[in-house]
Amino acid sequence: MSEDIKKDLTAEIRDLVVEFRTDYGVVQALNGLELEIERGKTLGLVGETGAGKTTTGLSLLRLIPNPPGVIVSGSIKLDGKDILSMSDKEMQAIRGKTVAMIFQDPMTSLDPVMTVEQQIAEVIKLHEEGGQAEALKRAREMLELVGIPGSRGGEYPHQFSGGMKQRVVIAMALACNPELLIADEPTTALDVTIQAQVLEMMKGLREKYNTSMLMITHDLGIVAEICDKVSVIYAGRVIEHGTLEDIFKNTRHPYTEGLFNSLPNLEDRQAELKPIKGLMPDPSNLPKGCAFCPRCDYAMDICETQKPGRTYRNDTHYVECHLYNKDNIHEGKVKSR
Amino acid sequence: MNNVSAVKENVQISVKKKSQIADIWKRLCRNKTAVLGLVIVILLVLVGILSPIIFDYETQVIKTDYSNTLQPPSAAHPFGTDELGRDILIRTLYATSTSLSIGVVTVIVALAIGLVLGSAAGYFGGKVDMIIMRIMDIFLAIPGTLLAICIVASLGNSIINLVIAQAVAATPKFARVVRGAVMTVRDSEYVEAARAIGAKDATIIFHDVLPNSLAPIIVQTTLEVASVILSIAGLSFIGLGIPAPMPEWGAMLSASRAYIRDYSYMCMFPGLAIMITILSLNLLGDGLRDALDPRLR
Repeated sequence: MSEDIKKDLTAEIRDLVVEFRTDYGVVQALNGLELEIERGKTLGLVGETGAGKTTTGLSLLRLIPNPPGVIVSGSIKLDGKDILSMSDKEMQAIRGKTVAMIFQDPMTSLDPVMTVEQQIAEVIKLHEEGGQAEALKRAREMLELVGIPGSRGGEYPHQFSGGMKQRVVIAMALACNPELLIADEPTTALDVTIQAQVLEMMKGLREKYNTSMLMITHDLGIVAEICDKVSVIYAGRVIEHGTLEDIFKNTRHPYTEGLFNSLPNLEDRQAELKPIKGLMPDPSNLPKGCAFCPRCDYAMDICETQKPGRTYRNDTHYVECHLYNKDNIHEGKVKSR
Repeated sequence: MNNVSAVKENVQISVKKKSQIADIWKRLCRNKTAVLGLVIVILLVLVGILSPIIFDYETQVIKTDYSNTLQPPSAAHPFGTDELGRDILIRTLYATSTSLSIGVVTVIVALAIGLVLGSAAGYFGGKVDMIIMRIMDIFLAIPGTLLAICIVASLGNSIINLVIAQAVAATPKFARVVRGAVMTVRDSEYVEAARAIGAKDATIIFHDVLPNSLAPIIVQTTLEVASVILSIAGLSFIGLGIPAPMPEWGAMLSASRAYIRDYSYMCMFPGLAIMITILSLNLLGDGLRDALDPRLR
């Protein structure tokens, strides 16, 4: 199958289990998550709030707050090197240099008492040779690159609008030409017009620097816009993975179908939205069988007791659902609008 | 061509740097009470520096003159004289240098130790926090004056011991304030972002955490200078502060209490000096806090 083909992977997560051990019980944030990001490609990680998207992003930097978070098992490889066995010092060299992260909220992820050029220069000083003046010069170039006049570098974050702050955050993330960029809902805090600008800019920069990207989002529109492949994550597991075409045209998993049906339909404005009923299962008390079973319209008896295995539709597309087996995977069973 | 633009860039950078300090200055000037505080503090510092130069310690500050005891304010002695015939104006002015320098040195020592302990406790949390703060709690549990009395009594009555005593009493207060301020900043997203760019703990503490927790620390510092001056005055009052005959406001107050009914001016002037010093420091501290915060521009 597809595993046999050697791919050039920037990041590879295998069977990752992450738990948050709190006084009130163990929260199973990730349950055997699998992920691979090819060089220069963008993977979209889609799912509801609480599905484990941000935890996945933080795992790649090994920044899961510990305690209470613990990486129980699995492996995370960056450029083929296992980061779970690295020392803290080696990790510090990787953060910001090999892997950079864009945080969800630009309003709070910039230091309010430091000028923006200083903040960008800090990344450069941490990872590259050259003194303060050189770093400041590069910082201004980075600002110009994301469309902010370099002369405004001496200003503080509160003097910038939300969209400009997000550009600063992006400039910071790209300052050292990272191989992997983790974008954790980079446009959630922005309004729609700015969203489009920022996305357009990220697309351009990605092509310019051939950066791999992990786009964490719950917005399928963004996925369609910017991603090459998509992983749909539910309760800490990838339940469907494939190329854009696989996921958008040949939707297989009932949950993915639910996500699409929750979007307003532009062609039929009278159509009612069909949101997925119910809520995410309590991650400290996951169902025994398929995690989606309590909310699934297609649930069968087997779903309650057994976890579904992986079924491949083609080399790139797989789904974890009891509805499918080798024989019927090619005909879709769920009805998308 | 290239050279010109390089020069231009350099000039721009230095202008930016200067303008930051100028900005802070401008914001401080907009606050009238802070300017008042600053002016008085500068005056006090000048008095503290100049009076030991102008006045001769042996002949003008501590020399007794029994023909001139307990004079009310007059042209010759604007603040009057004390029970040993010494001029109260000269002694009050001279005491400024003693009080201010002890106050400032003590607070610098306490701030340095408190900053390190408090930020370590607040940033790392857990066991580090537990150990440091419980030790600080032990010191906090002993009344500051009592602690100072114990230290001065056991180490001897000298200015250095006084500074040590006051610093030991003030350190836990700084540690508490710094820890609290650091804890509110520690979990903010920009600290997480700093971790995500690969910054070391020390870098994060000094670049991100402390500058963001400055406000309460500055206020605490100015308040603490005032309270140290007050508590030295208190210690001098019970005879454990500055050794006689060196002039010190608290000691002067203490000496004058026997005459308070008939010669009230004797305690009034040193008392006023203490009050003005503390008030001006507090005004300045509040103003500085506002001026240093770029968000309040």
